[in-house]
Amino acid sequence: MQGAEIFVESLLKEGVDTIFGHPGGAILPLNDALYSGRVRHILTRHEQGAIHMAEGYARATGRPGVVLVTSGPGGTNVVTGLTDAFMDSTPVVVFTGQVPTGVIGNDAFQEADIVGMTRSCTKHNYLVRDVHDLARTIKEAFHIASTGRPGPVLVDIPKDVSQAVCDFVYPTQVHLRGYKPTIHGHAGQLRRAAEMIAAAKRPVIYAGGGVIHSGAAEALRQLAELTATPVTNTLMGLGGFPGVHELWLGMLGMHGTVAANTTMDEADLVIAIGARFDDRVTGNVEEFCANAKFIQIDIDPASIGKNVQVDVPIVGDVKACLDRLLEELRAFPKDWRGEHRAWLAQIAEWQLKYPLQYTQEPDGELMPQFVCEQIYEVTQGEAIITTEVGQHQMWAAQYYHCLRPRQFITSGGLGTMGYGFPAAIGAQLACPNAIVIDIAGDGSFQMNVQELATVVQYNLPVIVAILNNHSLGMVRQWQQFFYDGRYADTSLEVSPDYVKLAEAYGAVGLRATRPEEVRPVLEEAMRLRRPVVIDFVVKMTENVFPMIPSGGSIKDMLLA
Amino acid sequence: MMLTNHAAVHRHIFAVLVENQFGVLGRITGLFSARGFNIESLCVAETEDPTVSRITLVTTGDDKVLEQVHKQLNRLIDVIKVTDLSEEPHVDREMVLVKVHAEAEIRAEVLRLAEIFRAKIVDVTPKTYVLEVTGDEGKIQAVIDLLKPLGIKEMVRTGKIAIARGQRML
Repeated sequence: MQGAEIFVESLLKEGVDTIFGHPGGAILPLNDALYSGRVRHILTRHEQGAIHMAEGYARATGRPGVVLVTSGPGGTNVVTGLTDAFMDSTPVVVFTGQVPTGVIGNDAFQEADIVGMTRSCTKHNYLVRDVHDLARTIKEAFHIASTGRPGPVLVDIPKDVSQAVCDFVYPTQVHLRGYKPTIHGHAGQLRRAAEMIAAAKRPVIYAGGGVIHSGAAEALRQLAELTATPVTNTLMGLGGFPGVHELWLGMLGMHGTVAANTTMDEADLVIAIGARFDDRVTGNVEEFCANAKFIQIDIDPASIGKNVQVDVPIVGDVKACLDRLLEELRAFPKDWRGEHRAWLAQIAEWQLKYPLQYTQEPDGELMPQFVCEQIYEVTQGEAIITTEVGQHQMWAAQYYHCLRPRQFITSGGLGTMGYGFPAAIGAQLACPNAIVIDIAGDGSFQMNVQELATVVQYNLPVIVAILNNHSLGMVRQWQQFFYDGRYADTSLEVSPDYVKLAEAYGAVGLRATRPEEVRPVLEEAMRLRRPVVIDFVVKMTENVFPMIPSGGSIKDMLLA
Repeated sequence: MMLTNHAAVHRHIFAVLVENQFGVLGRITGLFSARGFNIESLCVAETEDPTVSRITLVTTGDDKVLEQVHKQLNRLIDVIKVTDLSEEPHVDREMVLVKVHAEAEIRAEVLRLAEIFRAKIVDVTPKTYVLEVTGDEGKIQAVIDLLKPLGIKEMVRTGKIAIARGQRML
């Protein structure tokens, strides 16, 4: 069997139904082998689009997203996406074509040392030098990408390897002596954690993306309800706990709710679950949760104790650890709700006093927060939301209350503008019946706008909701606060007409400029089940609040 | 419960067993530069098992940094095992080749020093000797300090290698 056929057979063995890619010279044998149509290949208009689609697919399903691109620029164009997937623990397997082994190192046409370049932004990568190693390498790549702390794996396949012939045997097992993720948490540590939780007067659960990756949302809900402990989510954790639950505090961190950040600050115990104490969460670590002890559960030992010293570190799969922890906690004959009554009452008071809020303009200028609220209401909280990066991302996180995991797909760690639209395409391909909405900014949308052709080609009912403030709003917000209103390079005064742009690609373009137009336009977009771009022309100078300035602490929080 | 920023800096010796494959050293040095860890010295060669290489890596940092060095090395798929040898009894050695000025009356002095430190003279010319010295850090430093005034022309060090004492194996 030819290397290219081995590639296709291996994908089928891994249960891959869809891959995202862009062809080129060095990868041609693989594209040719896909011509049979046994694995659906989605032709993107840019390799960056392909990898963000794969990320969206992976985040919507939990299964690795697969990318196929050519050598040289094909490879370098996925570096941003690899880094994004690495930061956000998204399982992705990228196959790159490479020049033939005989000319590697000779500066051949479209040659790039993609394995060398991507060492620091992949969980692992491979250059396949012998067709006999191909099937085993693919097996390992999927295994590494999807187990432990998930992440991106790149497999570089020289053209002569994909054309060489050998017998196809797909391994049933993986032997990697240097890779054995710890699944079950240390029993003694889990017992200590349970005792600490039982002894806490003011506990809070700080839950991140790890809850979603490990499928632990139900276990988390049980933990919170059993122990009457409030839950705050990181940006990556949204959907890991129901956004309508009475114990939910909203998102924490730089643009988190007052209640979430205050609860963290006042807590005597922080239970960190699948979260890594990112600087956008902690601000100044010296002052972060100054009154608390910490329990941290994470599958990645390196994420424990990296930024904040932890009292009870537990390495293991979040789901496995929470199941065990719940068993321990059920043994405590405790009136949890009664004991936490004062604490929960105090939190309810903060929630009541400091809700998320904005002011409608009397002249009917459209407020971006209102658009997000309307999207939430019209979709009844059931849509898959993707976002780009910036103000709109924070408003989406604040005002769209996710009900379940894998519903909120955003670029958290890397903050990649241009992520949301292709991610929405990937999510829609994974979930054809879902309502998928990319809440976008006008700046970000333009970074991968070429994928309008893709969304039209495959007739996907993705809705792009542009909160168009004609500026790079989050940067502008920082300029207003920290650079004395010197708005250097943040005005998008020249922008396309997004309605015409959508129409030029064969998509539907809609526009709303006043509050009363928002709901009808959204309902129209949902009814069409076609690619739709909605240009919501919103107030330019609106800012995201609350805000804790970078490196600050809760006492620096700005409310308006 | 925050970590202090001004914690004491220590020097530690890590023994790292890795897959004997191309690119592995690049992964390790890339990791160190990307995360801002120091490498004081690094030695790598095949072990008794030809599929495994052993890297001896000397690095400095406070406890938090050293913990991250350990954990981040372990995150690499090609890293089979990481051991912090500084936390247990171990033997460490380094070899140095020193080309030293050796003319006239200095010649005898160099020879005397070589004898005292059980160094070998491995190359002789009318104007130079090359000394081969093996020892722990203290001995190597002492030899260098004593040879310096006599005129070191060139010097090459292997970097440290280390092994645990006793019956324990990695």
